Amino acid sequence: MSEISNVTELKNVLEAALLTSHEPLSLDDMLRLFAEKMERTTLRMLLDELKQDWSGRTMELVQVASGYRFQARDEYAVFLARLNPERQAKYSRAVMETLAIIAYRQPVTRGDIEEIRGVAVNPNVMRQLQERDWIDVVGQREVPGRPSLYATTKHFLDDMNLRSLSELPPMEDFTQQEISI
Amino acid sequence: MIETPLNAKIKGEEFTELPRDLYIPPDALEVYLEAFEGPLDLLLYLIRKHNLDILDIPMADLTRQYMQYVDKMRAIKLELAGDYLLMSAMLIEIKSRMLLPKPVEVAEEDDPRAELVRRLMEYEAIKLAAQRLDEMDKVGDGLYVASAYYQHISQVKPPEVSLDDLAEAWRNVLKRASHFKHHKVGRSELSVREHMSIILRRLKDDRMLEFTQLFDVKNDGIPKLVVCFLAILELCREGLLRITQQQAFSPIYVQINTYE
Repeated sequence: MSEISNVTELKNVLEAALLTSHEPLSLDDMLRLFAEKMERTTLRMLLDELKQDWSGRTMELVQVASGYRFQARDEYAVFLARLNPERQAKYSRAVMETLAIIAYRQPVTRGDIEEIRGVAVNPNVMRQLQERDWIDVVGQREVPGRPSLYATTKHFLDDMNLRSLSELPPMEDFTQQEISI
Repeated sequence: MIETPLNAKIKGEEFTELPRDLYIPPDALEVYLEAFEGPLDLLLYLIRKHNLDILDIPMADLTRQYMQYVDKMRAIKLELAGDYLLMSAMLIEIKSRMLLPKPVEVAEEDDPRAELVRRLMEYEAIKLAAQRLDEMDKVGDGLYVASAYYQHISQVKPPEVSLDDLAEAWRNVLKRASHFKHHKVGRSELSVREHMSIILRRLKDDRMLEFTQLFDVKNDGIPKLVVCFLAILELCREGLLRITQQQAFSPIYVQINTYE
């Protein structure tokens, strides 16, 4: 005898879990919801259906790097922003450029970042990005000094609403302008 | 010197000669540092803004102006000064290599500017990518994630205990108990002071007692006997008792010391 007999009930459980979770839920997370064994393909099918069910509603089910989550549709962002009038402090250009270098050229060392930007890396910049959990150290380059290699995290992709790095705007978009000598 | 608005000479459109346009008022240093992310950024800006030909940059003027800022920067941001110095050196090197006559045997030499151009283009790409990342909606900034409330009822599973765990726990209890036994510093139930009083009280009644009479060897345990002995010694030390013996091995007598 099964705990849940019909598809609607299964989808409701998924929906409740996704709506209450603070972090995106992975397929493995969601499989744990059910006492009985469920195939991943079944789960994916249910998620697809759930996504369909919510089409035209205020929330949409999206997939990001670490799993699935519900988020408000774009058109409501402008209203929701009014709830918290104090704007998120903007990151400095140094922070964003460092982040861009790590995102597009990872894994990179501080030296690589300095080479591209032409200025020394401010430790504060790296700290800000690490505290945000957008970058972390993934290893050391086997050269004298064994400098740390930095890469972006899944959390960075989640926050940027991306499933993988390949969804970043392609670098070619930014390299077309030739500098005439 | 004429007061010029900060950065006006850089961003102003009215320039006629490139060398002058490169001049940045020293007062504008703070603004300048904020506006540009480094020498590459500045060069890129100048090149883009004014279609600068790297070949024709008057290196001497540029370097002189750079050095003025480097001096100022030393007081504020030494690291930045170093970066700008490095760029000056690189520009001069490029210029000098351009000026040198090419040896005949070296038919094909890389354009000295190629490396700089490569770096400028790479930096520009990153700069634009950074702007794009900055514009993208992020969680907490333009992106709203559902997070409905629910009453958390965490499933509490009673921990499993094996017989071995229980045995181990018991061993630990015993071990700890043995520690306590060794280290217990209990309040002595046998007070030397108390026995001093007892002895004095007995001597008050009997005036003089034989030393052995003070000890109840049959009923008292060794600890009590020791305490009793200590009490006698203490009383003696305090001059309250007089202990006498006529000759060796003869009975020892204890009496209250009187000073008459």
